[in-house]
Amino acid sequence: MQSDDSPPAGAPRRRFVEVLLGGGLFASFLSFVYPVLRYLIPPPVADLGGDEVVAGKVGDLKPNGSKIFRFGTRPALLLMTAEGEYRALSAVCTHLSCTVQYRSDLHQIWCACHNGLYELNGRNASGPPPRPLEVFQVHVRGDELVVSRKREA
Amino acid sequence: MSLLARAREWLDERFHWAEIVAPLEKKTVPLHKLSPWYFLGGITLFLFMIQVCTGILLLLYYRPGANEAFESVQYIMTRVQFGWLVRSIHSWAANLMILTAFAHMFSVVFLRAYRKPREMTWVSGMLLLFLAMGFGFSGYLLPWNTLAFFATKVGTEITGQVPVVGHSMMVFLRGGEEVTGATLTRFFGFHVAVLPGLTTLLILVHIALVQYFGMSVPPGVEERWKASPGEARQMKFFPNFFLRELMAWYIALGVLGTLAAILPWDLGTKADPFAPAPAGIRPEWYFMFMFQTLKEIPAKLWFLDGELVGILMFGAAGGLWLLLPFFDPLARGRGRRFIMGAGIFALSYMIAMTVYGYVAK
Repeated sequence: MQSDDSPPAGAPRRRFVEVLLGGGLFASFLSFVYPVLRYLIPPPVADLGGDEVVAGKVGDLKPNGSKIFRFGTRPALLLMTAEGEYRALSAVCTHLSCTVQYRSDLHQIWCACHNGLYELNGRNASGPPPRPLEVFQVHVRGDELVVSRKREA
Repeated sequence: MSLLARAREWLDERFHWAEIVAPLEKKTVPLHKLSPWYFLGGITLFLFMIQVCTGILLLLYYRPGANEAFESVQYIMTRVQFGWLVRSIHSWAANLMILTAFAHMFSVVFLRAYRKPREMTWVSGMLLLFLAMGFGFSGYLLPWNTLAFFATKVGTEITGQVPVVGHSMMVFLRGGEEVTGATLTRFFGFHVAVLPGLTTLLILVHIALVQYFGMSVPPGVEERWKASPGEARQMKFFPNFFLRELMAWYIALGVLGTLAAILPWDLGTKADPFAPAPAGIRPEWYFMFMFQTLKEIPAKLWFLDGELVGILMFGAAGGLWLLLPFFDPLARGRGRRFIMGAGIFALSYMIAMTVYGYVAK
């Protein structure tokens, strides 16, 4: 469709029109991509329960017993030692985030995914886990067992 | 050598790229005063591509299921950034796509582009239109709101009226005797897997046929061009027509974005299967002419069920319409005018009944 009297490619006026067209198209392209990129980011999940949660009732656990409860958005482990002491820890293995369990036969916390073992104070004892499990505080309030995050102080 | 030229050379060495694209470069588009109608199919295709993209985006957050669907759409619209826009674009593009598909169809009827050798192009196009309506019908239910719930109930109930196979068809569509969460799961499957697959396949066939036969020239123009060949005008498809088509797409995108942003699509209230149907239950506008007709037919026509007569009539009309190009050679002179008349009647009837449906309540 190029007629003979059209200016050669690279002529200033043509260049100007090209930049205007290209810039306009590019700008509108950005305006489509931007919302899509924002859309792809999932909205933050509300951390239900905050810093404190009722993990169970007194009497739920027997000595050398345990249960998993929900602490915020992640699982946590409540256990009673053979001596009758309550312990609460994060149940998320520090290796690759599997959920750990209490082994009443070993008196240790065990991760089934890669055979990681933790002591009851959270210390990583053997296997791949690189760090100790986070330890929470347990309070007995009435007949409820309340677990809270340890305050930094 | 530019990167583009190098890529081209690479392809050419391996796949004989130049041979593959040669037909595209030879392809021309006839130029006459009715040429703008050639854009409609392309715009419909563009809107379909928008549907695929926004549909995939919606799938990232949507959850099918009677207990979750409404909440997940609500979540998309209120919590996900620009979620309201993505859903609104999906809804608007769906409606515009049906509109452009209908316009494309009627332009083909009135320009008689369906005539020999393009019969199968017409048939594939009609099947695509039915698929598009299937998309609309199945997608309408997915937000699981009151309006959609009852529209689906009525729509599937109508299917159930078809003699002999009706009841089985209804149970198949509903996933049971009633519209429940099972229906939602089914419609979701149709909407995101079955229909997209079939439609993509059929679009490829449709486009291949258009490529193979080239653009149809309206009979009047064709006669004139035959009488004086010097008058015939055409444009290269690539890049000349192609760039114009892109411009049309860009304008369509502008219209779509504006509508979606200014008039965001409503969600309504969550469906409650045990609540009475509220006033103003209606299907999507493109089903309105059928819906309104069925409403107007008396309950009994002589010894036949009114509803049934309506359904059979629409079924027969749809079947005849699908086979339209095969009647064309049989009809000459007067008969052809009859086909045109039928087209004008169909269009006016659909418009009139749709308007009536919205005005009459």
